[in-house]
Amino acid sequence: MDLYEYQARDMFEKHGVPVLPGIVAETPAEAKAAAEKLGGGVVVVKAQVKTGGRGKAGGVKLARSPEEAEAAAAQILGMDIKGHAVHRVMIAAGAAIAEEFYFSVLLDRAERRYLAMCSVEGGMEIEQLAVERPEALARVAVDPLVGIDAAKAAEIVDAANFPEDLKAPVADVIQKLWTVYANEDATLVEVNPLVRTEDGAIIALDGKVTLDENAGFRHEDHEALEDKAAADPLEAKAKALNLNYVKLDGSVGIIGNGAGLVMSTLDVVAYAGEAHGGVKPANFLDIGGGASAAVMANGLDVILNDPQVKSVFVNVFGGITSCIEVANGIVGALETLGDAATKPLVVRLDGNSVDEGREILAAANHPLVTIVDTMDGAAAKAAELANA
Amino acid sequence: MSIFINKDSKVIVQGMTGSEGSKHTARMLASGTTIVGGVNPRKAGTSVDFDGTDIPVFGTVADAMAETGADVTVLFVPPAFTKAAVIEAVDAGIGLAVIITEGVPVADTAEFYAYAKSKGVRLIGPNCPGLITPGESNVGITPANITGAGRIGLVSKSGTLTYQMMFELRDIGFSTAVGIGGDPVIGTTHIDCLEAFENDPDTDAIVMIGEIGGDAEERAAAYIKEHVTKPVVGYVAGFEAPEGKTMGHAGAIVSGSAGTAQAKKEALEAAGVKVGKTPTETAELMRALLTK
Repeated sequence: MDLYEYQARDMFEKHGVPVLPGIVAETPAEAKAAAEKLGGGVVVVKAQVKTGGRGKAGGVKLARSPEEAEAAAAQILGMDIKGHAVHRVMIAAGAAIAEEFYFSVLLDRAERRYLAMCSVEGGMEIEQLAVERPEALARVAVDPLVGIDAAKAAEIVDAANFPEDLKAPVADVIQKLWTVYANEDATLVEVNPLVRTEDGAIIALDGKVTLDENAGFRHEDHEALEDKAAADPLEAKAKALNLNYVKLDGSVGIIGNGAGLVMSTLDVVAYAGEAHGGVKPANFLDIGGGASAAVMANGLDVILNDPQVKSVFVNVFGGITSCIEVANGIVGALETLGDAATKPLVVRLDGNSVDEGREILAAANHPLVTIVDTMDGAAAKAAELANA
Repeated sequence: MSIFINKDSKVIVQGMTGSEGSKHTARMLASGTTIVGGVNPRKAGTSVDFDGTDIPVFGTVADAMAETGADVTVLFVPPAFTKAAVIEAVDAGIGLAVIITEGVPVADTAEFYAYAKSKGVRLIGPNCPGLITPGESNVGITPANITGAGRIGLVSKSGTLTYQMMFELRDIGFSTAVGIGGDPVIGTTHIDCLEAFENDPDTDAIVMIGEIGGDAEERAAAYIKEHVTKPVVGYVAGFEAPEGKTMGHAGAIVSGSAGTAQAKKEALEAAGVKVGKTPTETAELMRALLTK
């Protein structure tokens, strides 16, 4: 889960990372009040979106008075930045910046440890720096069994070539940022820019944090950070039903078991769709291993409520999951829906109890259900029906 | 022969007395796996009856190993307790730990992986179906009745795609099929399996199944080009996955231009691997290779 900047700021503050005061506002009036609360002087009005490049897009404005902050917020709220609508701004206290640096620590999947990156050339897009001047970006491996202790922080500031007088204060902030990473179960903590102000303070001016959702069980406060309002309503419904669902743009609803098989099903449908007007999958939905008839029925309910769906492809290879449960789930869901069920279903079952599962479907003989023996054949049929 | 497990593997189950653990212990036993014990400190000294086979429960992995000579452990332990359970197994000196558990915090995995590596212990998973050497040993949750022994080696991040591929090639059979897991950090990689299959005299050809996220497939492609002489066919899932959305597996996410299915497919093809557009097509590529 990615956090908004203001959430990252609050999290930094909680762990002692130096940040500037900042207040979130959802309306221009709130923005004005926030600017007043910060002393009425210079503030920065910053769009809160989970994407980069907001400065270039006009999503960050300097305001010299509460009135200017109100006007800036009015311009920024409602903007669209790379497909992300701006619903909130953060009013941040102004700072006299002397220098900009960069720091991040993240999971290094390939090396199966952590990677700290640091540069005395902050502020710009770090991907650009990494390509154009890789020598200016220090990369230091971090052992998961040790983390960033004082010695590692010293190694990082040395590698990044900080001037002697800044090494100790920057290393101190880096250790605090590591506390955020480790104690909050983050997979990314990035500060760009990390600044030195004219009065010599080191401050995290902007922050990006990604949290590991698997670690939610030991962070009760993380759930509140989730932006439920921004989620797609069908995704929210599926989540409430404990289903693993992602909304997509196409017209073939997909249900399957196992993340890999469902991903593959999306691809196979899009591939088959090339011959049927370019139809695409409408969603990803994994009912998981050992799913019951009730889970199957819940899944169908979510998908049939998607107005974009024209046909549904149920693709199950029963490993733990029994095809009996899948078939009963389909029959049960269709019974419950009655006349409200209008979309054709193509079902492909293989594996655990396949014969019994197919028999249940054959016996129900529902006019909307077509059984196809192979995955590729079923994908073609579902694509054809979506394009009919 | 086979890789990682065979008929001599003596397996213990951490979490055997839980609902998932007991269900799958019964299945593993039914498919011929030599299960020698379970571990649960609160039930040490008891035993569990699986259809007439009495499996003893030990208090620790070390006790279980001392009593039974176990060399493999499989873990059905809830995410919050997985790290401690893996570290216990590593400290006891087990050779191979197969971690089925889904939902382990990645920081925990990074820690226990680093620890296991320092002690020379192989981990498979987490969030994986385990591995099967058909007819000899089945460690994890792979259905044993899909197909039998044969000469294809299979490595995949995904469980159900493993089953699908075994089903497609059920007339040929497999030496070993390894589900390495869909988490961002996993103990055994595609490359580890490719290396083991290359060195396994009973494996003639390899199916490699990848999916979006990370660059494991690209690295595997480079490895194949350098080191693998046996024929490899590939499949990559996730072409339709949008950027920034996790597709079921915690590790299956495209971020920016990194981790896309297209990049993985191109890397594999550049290494001389034939890549199928669907699982069925991939199976046909393998069939053509073997019957040529």
